[in-house]
Amino acid sequence: MTQVVSRGTARASQDQVRQRGRGLGWLSLGLGIAQLAAPDAVRRISGVDDSSRSRAVVPLVGARELLHAAGLLTSRRKGTWAWTRVAGDAMDLTSLGIAIAHRDGRRRRRLVGVTGAIVGITALDLLTAVQATPAEKIKPAPVVRGSRKGGSMELTATTTVRKPASEVFAFWRELENLPTFMAHVEEVRATGDRTSHWVAAAPFGKEVEWDAEITDESPSERIAWRSTGKTDVPNTGSVRFVPAPDGESTEVYVNLGYEVPGGKVGKAVARYFGEEPHQQLDDDLRRLKQVLETGEVVRSDGAPWGKRARKEFPQRPAQPLSDAEFEKGADA
Amino acid sequence: MRANTWAGRNKVEVRDVPDPRILNDRDAIVRITSTAICGSDLHLVDGYVPTMQDGDVMGHEFMGEVIEVGSGVAPDRLRVGDRVVVPFPIACGACAACAAELYSCCENSNPNAGIAEKMFGHPVAGIFGYSHLTGGFAGGQAQYARVPFADVGPLKIESDLTDEQVLFLSDILPTGYMGADMCDIQPSDVVAVWGAGPVGQFAMDSARVLGAAKVIAIDKEPYRLQMAEQAGHIPVNFDEVDVRSVLLELTGGRGPDKCIDAVGLEATHGSAHVAAYDRVKQAVRSETDRPHALRQAILSCRSGGVVSVIGVYGGLLDKFPAGAWMNRSLTLRTGQCHVHRYMKPLLERIERGELDPTRIITHTLPLEEADRGFDIFKNKQDNCEKVVLKT
Repeated sequence: MTQVVSRGTARASQDQVRQRGRGLGWLSLGLGIAQLAAPDAVRRISGVDDSSRSRAVVPLVGARELLHAAGLLTSRRKGTWAWTRVAGDAMDLTSLGIAIAHRDGRRRRRLVGVTGAIVGITALDLLTAVQATPAEKIKPAPVVRGSRKGGSMELTATTTVRKPASEVFAFWRELENLPTFMAHVEEVRATGDRTSHWVAAAPFGKEVEWDAEITDESPSERIAWRSTGKTDVPNTGSVRFVPAPDGESTEVYVNLGYEVPGGKVGKAVARYFGEEPHQQLDDDLRRLKQVLETGEVVRSDGAPWGKRARKEFPQRPAQPLSDAEFEKGADA
Repeated sequence: MRANTWAGRNKVEVRDVPDPRILNDRDAIVRITSTAICGSDLHLVDGYVPTMQDGDVMGHEFMGEVIEVGSGVAPDRLRVGDRVVVPFPIACGACAACAAELYSCCENSNPNAGIAEKMFGHPVAGIFGYSHLTGGFAGGQAQYARVPFADVGPLKIESDLTDEQVLFLSDILPTGYMGADMCDIQPSDVVAVWGAGPVGQFAMDSARVLGAAKVIAIDKEPYRLQMAEQAGHIPVNFDEVDVRSVLLELTGGRGPDKCIDAVGLEATHGSAHVAAYDRVKQAVRSETDRPHALRQAILSCRSGGVVSVIGVYGGLLDKFPAGAWMNRSLTLRTGQCHVHRYMKPLLERIERGELDPTRIITHTLPLEEADRGFDIFKNKQDNCEKVVLKT
């Protein structure tokens, strides 16, 4: 399992965040209308009815609320508009702070109450704003370091398979088995005792090919390899097989390294791995486990194509495939 | 074939969909004779379980006749013509979870394990007709279903028991039984069950056959409480009385030794303001689950007791009484039912007449009327307890 969960979770809840953004929009609309239509009532409730300046300020704040409402209710970019609310909250809290400092008694108590409510709403605004802002903007997570000039990418993942290490090793060492669970790898052909030829699917129906050699192996324990000769994406990899504490399973640790070139090829590679290359390697290992433990890659109606299932969600509906869909297969 | 499908929030629709086919070597195709609507289906229809899609075939309680088996299914396990009940979790039988009889946590049966892992930390098993989070498998409220790992799950029925007697082995009978099983019931135990729906009723019956001294049913629907009372359990209506005081009174002030939550994430509450609080939080998605029953079970349980949770929770909840739980040495046990573990022993109990699952069936409808079935079940019309659909 790799460490990409937090960003995934952020995406999974975007619908809820958007819904909350809309909720805040309605709240703004209500407040705005109240402040514009009944400014005196608002001033009394807030405890600032003794100030003539508040007579001008309250409707202005109301107008601002209507602006938030329009943005949050109509725009798809809830993040930006939620940030405008956070800025508005900061203004309101500042004004309230000044107002509290100049009052006592009943008015002060009312002001403190209103301030408490605004603090709560600010927290909600801030949460919505942060969650609605695309994860990329908060924390850049470049797939390939220095992608314009190219760079290196390293991926690690691990799983536990309920089979002895000798068996898991033997399955992996039979390199022709790798395409059964590795999503990108179309074919691996042994060309010698330690050498092999790899074919991987590339974007737009193209293929990438390279030769590889095993650089190190230790039966039931470890295999390491690297690409040889001239190749678009020089790569290295290793897998370790460690007996698990239960005495019958094997922990599988995989480490992959890619030298990603600059320019067009690099861009294509980056796009191909998508935003979550770790997720893809995790899924590869999940399928390795399925194949070794159950004999094949499990299929459902929503995800009927085994390792060719690229997209997690939305998928096709959970209902049986029609003949036409079945004939077309994964590329439909 | 005809199948009942999810058509958006609060909408199900019986539609024409393609017939299922073998996709994996260990699949079988079952022609369904009886299927049922489960309380947990309501969570899908009410929109509280994410990753449902328009057109998803619903249903995870079904049985029927095997009409096709894949090449990977050994004939001594399953053959064409066998009459089977299908357990709702899909389990491979080979992973560490299955080896530990934790079938609903199977590590291999969910092709969408990546989604489940993000939601729950670790993936869960595939489940028929229960969102894409649990695999995106077409369900059993249909004329036919594809059953993966058919050499592991389906239970053959070789006696002449009726569909109605064995259908609930697919889910609610083992689920109720597991609720009681997790309580580790002693002969001196008073067991309180929140929720007198189908699972709650079976949890009560199971607590009795496992030897509880007294079984208490907590609900607010008079007809459901009456059904529990007729089966020999003590009814408590939370709309009419204060549950805590009544439970103290029924247990000499100790509180129930074992508490079972058979309600889950859409609990209603006797106290209007608490109910409103959770409804609002759930509606704005700042909690996804409404946990009144669980809160009350934890606060009511005697110190050192067990709170067993079989009602379904899907996400996050608020105001969890961790203080009561921790300071009073309570044990919280839970899980989606590991149905495979319980099917055979429960079939034997049915054959011996110790359990009568048919007692909860109030409505039998044709599959075509599934939407009406959902409607009366959800709205508790016509004293509805359990709807069986026939194909």
